[in-house]
Amino acid sequence: MDFSLTQDQRMMQESLGRTLAEASSLGRVRKFAGDLTDRGDDIWKALADFGLAGMVIPEAFGGLGLTLLDAALASEALGAAVAPAPFLGTVLASLALLRGGSPEQQAQWLAKMASGDVVAVAVISEQIAGARDDAGVVAVGGKLNGKALFVPGGMAAGLLIVADTADRLHLVQGETAGLTRTFMPGLDETRRLTELTFVDVVAEPLGAGPQLLTALRDAGWILIAADSLGASQAMLDRAVAYAKERRQFDRVIGSFQAVKHMCAEMAAELEPCRSLIWYAAYAFDAAPAEASLMAAHAKALTSEVGRFIARTSTEVHGGMGITDLLGLHFWFKRLGLNRQLLGGPERVREIAAKLQGLAA
Amino acid sequence: MDLNETPEMTAFRGQVRDFLKARRDDYADGAARDPLAWQLLLIEHGYAARTIPREYGGFGAEPDVLKGRIIAEEFIAASAPRGLTGQGISMLVPTLLEVGSDEQKKRWIGPTLRGEIVWCQGYSEPGAGSDLANLQTKAVEDGDDFVISGSKIWTSTAHLAQMMFCLVRTEPQAAKHEGISYVLIPMDTPGIDVRPLKTMTGGSEFNEIFFSDVRVPQSQVVGGRGRGWFVANTTLKHERGMLGDPNATEARLNALIELMKSESVDGQRIIENPIFRDRLMQLQGRVLSMRCNGLRLLTSQITGESAGIAALIVKLQGCELNHQLAALAIDALGELGILYHDGSHLRAKGRWQWNYMFDLGLIIGGGTAQIQKNIISERGLGMPREPKPAVL
Repeated sequence: MDFSLTQDQRMMQESLGRTLAEASSLGRVRKFAGDLTDRGDDIWKALADFGLAGMVIPEAFGGLGLTLLDAALASEALGAAVAPAPFLGTVLASLALLRGGSPEQQAQWLAKMASGDVVAVAVISEQIAGARDDAGVVAVGGKLNGKALFVPGGMAAGLLIVADTADRLHLVQGETAGLTRTFMPGLDETRRLTELTFVDVVAEPLGAGPQLLTALRDAGWILIAADSLGASQAMLDRAVAYAKERRQFDRVIGSFQAVKHMCAEMAAELEPCRSLIWYAAYAFDAAPAEASLMAAHAKALTSEVGRFIARTSTEVHGGMGITDLLGLHFWFKRLGLNRQLLGGPERVREIAAKLQGLAA
Repeated sequence: MDLNETPEMTAFRGQVRDFLKARRDDYADGAARDPLAWQLLLIEHGYAARTIPREYGGFGAEPDVLKGRIIAEEFIAASAPRGLTGQGISMLVPTLLEVGSDEQKKRWIGPTLRGEIVWCQGYSEPGAGSDLANLQTKAVEDGDDFVISGSKIWTSTAHLAQMMFCLVRTEPQAAKHEGISYVLIPMDTPGIDVRPLKTMTGGSEFNEIFFSDVRVPQSQVVGGRGRGWFVANTTLKHERGMLGDPNATEARLNALIELMKSESVDGQRIIENPIFRDRLMQLQGRVLSMRCNGLRLLTSQITGESAGIAALIVKLQGCELNHQLAALAIDALGELGILYHDGSHLRAKGRWQWNYMFDLGLIIGGGTAQIQKNIISERGLGMPREPKPAVL
């Protein structure tokens, strides 16, 4: 029995943190956030060189062949650095091809994805979080019609894995006729959302039933939770550091129990989320029967804790917390997006209840 | 990360299971027919006092966290009673093993393990709660003895106990933490008065103890005179682990789920009400997160690495969670949840109501939630201590 990270996993996470400190510094993130013509290609290039683009893709296709737990650790590092990177879509699309793609489809795409040359996204929001504004994609006779909202990284995607309203998945090439993309301005400027419109878009079906969408949902929940874990830990670390420096009433404010208890509460809430995310990610590969419930709770609980920490860390920073100067708001908004993406906690908990037969 | 069981562990699990099956007539409804005989049997097979050396009355196995966990799991699965618990076994014995003299170990550990001696803990005082080191019960040297006077509070099982492990001030001139000694006191010594302390549950789960000129030989000090604070800290560590036990919390969650499936209002089962269901799911997420946190602590025990913040939060989060589970059960019961004592409509013998009140005491006892937050922020996050005020 060993419920801990391996030496390799710890080293990978530390090393990725160093790569991100250079490739996705707060200054670099600021520029990306303020300039829509900045596609962040240099950031993704650095991360692809590190191996993130092929994290779960087998070595035969040029990937690292790692597990979802490794991907979750990477996602945590990305959240900590508020990094603009199409990692979520890349992992989900990789899993879709690995579990539902034909040998030809795998040969055509996986190597290009692993090298970072093709950015892939998963278009599953309507089927998981529910449809807004009449969104939804219908598949008839090998063609897709309808629209899909809230696709992170959708503007630059060269490959799209699209769920239809019957929970089946389809592969769509980026340059296909009838596919249009509209930028959706959002609160979190570190991830750009896209609205996709499909008019008779030619698609290839992926050869797997609705359980493939379930797997993508679970993996998505785990990766988003891990991103929130990293962002929350970064906000907690910043609050503690600030409270140790900032002086009022001739003392550092971190010596006031009113302030240090806020920090203790953040730590006490966050640490169990880390344990839950590790377990859910481990279960995704090693104990599939437990994966969905653990993934749902990881997503829901980390969303709740993330909201608490986003608010509390900002408060510990006092007035500086709400300024652009510190940039704390990048983490605040990142946590806000993660909370809603692929379902807010209320919806995810209702799915958790259904998984156990506790809800109809 | 690997949660699979080795063949050796699977075989060990089989042994425990076979034992419990063979002895099925010795217990019922989670209780032993003869608790003292059951305890002796468990020690003999290594299912109680497992790692305590044979010369002190234990089974003498090498420490093995995994086997300990397997024993716990199989006993829960079979609804079989564990061995005796109580502060003697859970707190005094580990302390004696760590800092007791050989004579003290030989004299006290065996009878305590066999249930022949019941212990109570004399730490808190009316003026020494969170500030435990401020304790004032004094022990004055008189020949080979100490003469003890003062009082203690929150002493559970004192009315049943033959012995008390107790913190007293032996060096009034020394600094606060350095003038304390840890002594073992027979409860039948003249001058000890035990008075039950009635609480909000209606029961008397605790007592107050008054000492007037209670005479105890100096040889009853454990770990050296003036070293009591450090000796006590070895036991407090054991207590905090016990108060946040995730297995107990998970059992309570399961009982709550059953309650919500079986109770109904206007013909609708509580579990079908989306608001109650969401509250249940929120708590389930927290219970599962603490279960996973427990796996991390278990691993750190095996590897000997520090679990860091994951360990420091267990008492705070675990006790709060237990309290919230009881609160949801009472809300799910609605007006049935305000019944108590007995009566035809009372559910689960009023256990949820009792837990709701008693668990609030556990949030306060064993280091209050606020003291826990000080510990987390100071030891876990490296934040400064509150400075002492210049003038009182």
